[in-house]
Amino acid sequence: MTVEREVVIKNKEGLHFRPIMQFVETAQKFTARILVRCEDREADGRSPMELLMLVATQGTVVRLFADGDDATLAVETLVALVETGFGEV
Amino acid sequence: MISKKGVSASPGVVIGPALVLDTEEYRIPRRTVAADQVRQQIVVLEEALDASRQEVNDLRVAAARKLGEQTASIFAFHEGVIADPKLRDEVLLLIRNNQYTAAYAFAQVMHARQKLFQNVTVEYLKERVRDLYDIEKRVLRHVLGRAREDITRLTEPVVLVTHDLTPSQAVSIDRDHILGLATNVGGQTSHMAIIARMLGIPSVVALNDITSDLGGGETVVIDGSEGVVVVDPDPATIDEYREKQIRLSRKEAALETLRDVPAVTRCGTPIAMWANIELAEETGAALHRGGEGVGLYRTEFLFLSADRLPTEAQQVETFRQAAESMQGKPLVIRTIDLGADKLLPSSSLGQEHNPVLGLRSLRYCLRHLDMFKTHLRAILRASVAGDVRIMFPMITTVTELRNAKATLADVMEDLEEEGIDFRRDIPVGMMVETPAAAMTAPSFAKEVEFFSIGTNDLTQYTLAVDRANERVAYLYSPHSPSVLLLIRRVLVAARRHKVAVHLCGEMAGTPEYTQLLLGLGIRRLSMSPQDIPSIKRVIRSTTIDECDQIATKVMRLDSDRQVWNHLRSQLAKLPLEESA
Repeated sequence: MTVEREVVIKNKEGLHFRPIMQFVETAQKFTARILVRCEDREADGRSPMELLMLVATQGTVVRLFADGDDATLAVETLVALVETGFGEV
Repeated sequence: MISKKGVSASPGVVIGPALVLDTEEYRIPRRTVAADQVRQQIVVLEEALDASRQEVNDLRVAAARKLGEQTASIFAFHEGVIADPKLRDEVLLLIRNNQYTAAYAFAQVMHARQKLFQNVTVEYLKERVRDLYDIEKRVLRHVLGRAREDITRLTEPVVLVTHDLTPSQAVSIDRDHILGLATNVGGQTSHMAIIARMLGIPSVVALNDITSDLGGGETVVIDGSEGVVVVDPDPATIDEYREKQIRLSRKEAALETLRDVPAVTRCGTPIAMWANIELAEETGAALHRGGEGVGLYRTEFLFLSADRLPTEAQQVETFRQAAESMQGKPLVIRTIDLGADKLLPSSSLGQEHNPVLGLRSLRYCLRHLDMFKTHLRAILRASVAGDVRIMFPMITTVTELRNAKATLADVMEDLEEEGIDFRRDIPVGMMVETPAAAMTAPSFAKEVEFFSIGTNDLTQYTLAVDRANERVAYLYSPHSPSVLLLIRRVLVAARRHKVAVHLCGEMAGTPEYTQLLLGLGIRRLSMSPQDIPSIKRVIRSTTIDECDQIATKVMRLDSDRQVWNHLRSQLAKLPLEESA
């Protein structure tokens, strides 16, 4: 099952170190494959390096994709994390 | 602009961009491996990633405690990247498919990321490329182990800023690309300093933490004459140093005019000016500066600059070239003086707690007879090409000297049997550089044709001071009464037994000591070629009477400070001949 959602990066410094690691740690709790797209760039949701390379700044729209048994829950949890600005906003 | 005071290692002024080793990219020694080594490279990578991750984890814990979670999160990210499965897979792919070394593969992957990041325009994210460099460096450090960076492949002139230079790095310095040197540690007589002076590269050492003041690329001024380094000089300072540069080169040109005048005191006593060299090619510089012979040819640099032991043929060729270019003037070849700080990169000498007192120099040679015999063969074979003389270093007992001479005799016999030409009556001498040898000089005098007093090691061993340890370097003074007593003892023994003697070491090339040494009875000095003109100037301005008086007075003083003050004041009084 594939789930897809769009979300806007809210925190001021975009996807930088702390948010990335929070994102990765959250993604690791699920078994679904997780992808993040930002314009033409794509990152594995468990790869800090690739997430950094997204250069997702404040206000950027990213698309989350999850594929697997717990895809829905994974996407919902991650979207909530991004929307709350990783606790920074 | 900041100005830092260190110790002057090689005079001259230079201004240029800084290259900081340790923070610049690592230079990867090898890019690919044979197919059967791929597995091993994978293991190397895995271990380096594990070790790096552990290291960062420790840093994160420490940072969280001391600096707070915010700073610690940086290390959490580093840890995340090092453990990143995608990154790891990418590197493994390059090792497997392209047979890249772990270091090269990892660097390639990181460089690709860094390059992408350079196009980022958002300021705070752009800064993050530094973290990528940091991660790369950390992992590569683990991959490469303690392998040092290669400074032989520089493409533009730089001022090299580094913690320290190993002798093997120092010998690979290329003077077209290295304008100046600044190091955290070191002293005036460390090998790096000697080589810098020989190559005429302005250098300052013992700067403590210069590497942490620079990121690389900043403009720096090296004032090797004053031992000062200026980072990010303002335009007025740059102008000031440009002027100084011009002044120094005029002075240099003036000393040049002393080249062809004889080294004779005002009272008519000739003093032999010999040169110390490290490389065969330096014989030219030695003669050019007015050298009448080479009193110390340090052969070990031939061993240090290569990755493996030079063959007999290579050694013969090098020595022959040196001997021939001396145009009939004496060339004293010192047998390999390896060990202590001059480790062979190709062979492990093992860890010693106290290498300066360990298996080094002639002791090492007598334990590695194959290598030693090859070396002696090469010297003997080259002896037909000029006035070659042979000298054994680091001797403490007569038995050692006899063993060395017996080995030489063996090699001569072999050569004779093989019908190879060599000079049978090659003069054999020894370095007097341990207190033991100096104390028992009369016994040694019966066994050799010449002595060479090596004041650097003699001072170090007499005063029990590591000359490269900046914390005790203040105790290192060749003019210490104890060292002077030993020197005098050697000279007395030499005179009594009619053994030729010369003094090499930094002391010979330092104008303050010249009159004292002549007063003690030295008539032959061997020094760095570039020191010859200024020493010659002192010789031409003094008389043996004056020198004798200075020596008599100095031998009555009981502290090195008093000695130094007296020597300085006597030098200042000298009516130094004005050169053209």
